[in-house]
Amino acid sequence: MPEDKSIQELGLEEYKYGFHDPEDYFFRTPRKGIDPEIVAMISKHKNEPEWMLEYRLKALQSFLDRPTPQWGGDLSDLDFDEIYYYIRPMENQGRTWDDVPDDIKNTFEKLGIPQAERDSLAGVGAQYESEVVYHSLKEEWNKAGVVFMDMDSGLREHEDLVREYFGTIIPADDNKFSALNSAVWSGGSFVYVPPGVHIDIPLQAYFRINAENMGQFERTLIIADEGSYVHYIEGCTAPTYTSNSLHSAVVELIAKPNARIRYSTIQNWSHNTYNLVTKRAVAQKNATVEWVDGNLGSKLTMKYPAVYLTGEGARGEILSVAYAGDGQHQDAGGKIVHAAPNTSSLITSKSISRGTGRSTYRGLLKVHEGAVGSKSRVECDALLLDENARTDTYPYIEIEEKKVNTEHEATVSKVGEDQLFYLMSRGLSEEEAIAMVVNGFIEPIAKELPLEYAIELNRLIQLEMEGSVG
Amino acid sequence: MLKIDNLHVEIEGGEILKGLGLEVGKGEIHAIMGPNGSGKSTLSNVLMGHPRYDVTDGTIEFMGEDVMELEADERARLGMFLAFQYPSEVPGVSVANFLRTAVNSVREKELAPMEMYRLIQEKMKIMQMDPKFAERYLNEGFSGGEKKRNEILQMLMLEPKLAIMDETDSGLDIDALQVVSKGVNELRGPEFSAVIITHYQRILRYIEPDHVHVMLDGRIVTSGGKDLALTLEDKGYDWVRQEFGSAAQS
Repeated sequence: MPEDKSIQELGLEEYKYGFHDPEDYFFRTPRKGIDPEIVAMISKHKNEPEWMLEYRLKALQSFLDRPTPQWGGDLSDLDFDEIYYYIRPMENQGRTWDDVPDDIKNTFEKLGIPQAERDSLAGVGAQYESEVVYHSLKEEWNKAGVVFMDMDSGLREHEDLVREYFGTIIPADDNKFSALNSAVWSGGSFVYVPPGVHIDIPLQAYFRINAENMGQFERTLIIADEGSYVHYIEGCTAPTYTSNSLHSAVVELIAKPNARIRYSTIQNWSHNTYNLVTKRAVAQKNATVEWVDGNLGSKLTMKYPAVYLTGEGARGEILSVAYAGDGQHQDAGGKIVHAAPNTSSLITSKSISRGTGRSTYRGLLKVHEGAVGSKSRVECDALLLDENARTDTYPYIEIEEKKVNTEHEATVSKVGEDQLFYLMSRGLSEEEAIAMVVNGFIEPIAKELPLEYAIELNRLIQLEMEGSVG
Repeated sequence: MLKIDNLHVEIEGGEILKGLGLEVGKGEIHAIMGPNGSGKSTLSNVLMGHPRYDVTDGTIEFMGEDVMELEADERARLGMFLAFQYPSEVPGVSVANFLRTAVNSVREKELAPMEMYRLIQEKMKIMQMDPKFAERYLNEGFSGGEKKRNEILQMLMLEPKLAIMDETDSGLDIDALQVVSKGVNELRGPEFSAVIITHYQRILRYIEPDHVHVMLDGRIVTSGGKDLALTLEDKGYDWVRQEFGSAAQS
């Protein structure tokens, strides 16, 4: 396989999760690039209803009409004609672990999925290539009427629900990348939690890109009906490839009155991936939506999870942490819109930059007229580990209502010589000392994650930092 | 144990230590007293290997080994310890987590978690610290007294062969001073040496030194027994300047 050679040349050590399976595809679009024919092919292959095909084609037009954004990160090397927009690795979805083919199992094993299974971390939905191949859902959830499946199955089995909500939070023409995703989406999760149902154990999905030049366009829709609660967790790693990969997801959350959704992500893309994601949630009356977002790896990440507080008393929280190493740009932040009275929000953003890494906080806080009694707090902290590292803050604030309370605080700190000397004088090596400062810095976010994810986040950051001590 | 010879140190081009010499034997407690600006803190930082200082001449040997080229963590693993005058804050890192990491990095074999827990509890009791203290973030929001107690707690946990105490007594009330002194006396024995760097004689009432040195303008100008501290308290640093000032400048 020619890819094997190029990976050898690249040096697998450079990216620990850069292992890679033989590419043995069941189906792939016949050519790179995107046009109506390719979109129709994808839709036909999935046996989709006519309305979804129309939706995709309309979205494609919007994608083609829109210029590539000039703000944020540098997208000039991203070539949309050099990407396969749909790859499907195997014929059927695995329902149990035994059904999953061996090479895919190997990949999961390297990612520690079987352990997660053994530890009964409950529902594991894993995305492999463009398709979910493995799904398990605890019996009791089925009994409670909880739906947790890949989006393609969701469309087949719950077409009415999907049709009612799909694209209502993030319209296809919202931005160029949501348009692209809407045209070629594949996989992702579909979750529906019936009224009053509380899911105590988080729903988990692992994602993984495994084909050179292949974009991954997963589509996730979570509906938490009145008074329900769900915590959905997604973790990603991607192997190393020679040319630029594109990941462009769309995630829509709907929290109905008194419902609460927590959505946690740790993403660790290989260093040539463009990670351009649109995430948005609506919180209705007295509902709560929380985004916990960890961004590692990638060449460029542009991601600003949003919460629209549309009902009185709704609450939105965004916690994000980003690590930008050499040559990486993490352009991340959050967006909160207060559109009803007595709503509250909190954005906590933490970024770490090292080497020539650059992290940007880009946030929008908007309070509509009439959203009286609303409270908001934005806190962004940047930690610079090197002289060359860079951080910028773009906090946009638009407030149309007088009776509100908003706070904004931004700090930039450096790992100081004195701080390192202090830790090293207690026997920690320079690398351990820096790792300790960094872990302490992200602690407020790590403690919001389930323990195994908090450990994973710390470990991933340590991996990213390994060997980069000057 | 510790042998310093003809130590010359510069920071940003200015010479702070100008040929300092000192020998500390095994099991000995030495006090170094001196007025502000005499180079006391520079000495403690240089002994521990702070990268900001340039050693232009002289040697530092610890247990017969030249430590000049060693990083601070290597010195710590040899058994050197510095109680900081102004310990840094590390937000998000609990005292317990820090102690675990530190103890395991100076030990050859990692301590079992339960044993570690027991050890932390035991040492905190000596320092009269609330067990909840272990969960606070390292030095963040600590009072001056809490910071100093925390330094001595670390010393008790790490059990160094040589402790350098940089003005550990400054800013402490009498109760805190007693607790801190108790911590130091806890380690006192034939295998433990200490260099207590101080402006005042006060702490020496609780930790009795074997030797007292007076530092002025980057070198040690006179040495003696514990009585020297009392003389200094009586006569003040002006007396030192009159007696030894010219020698220090020569």
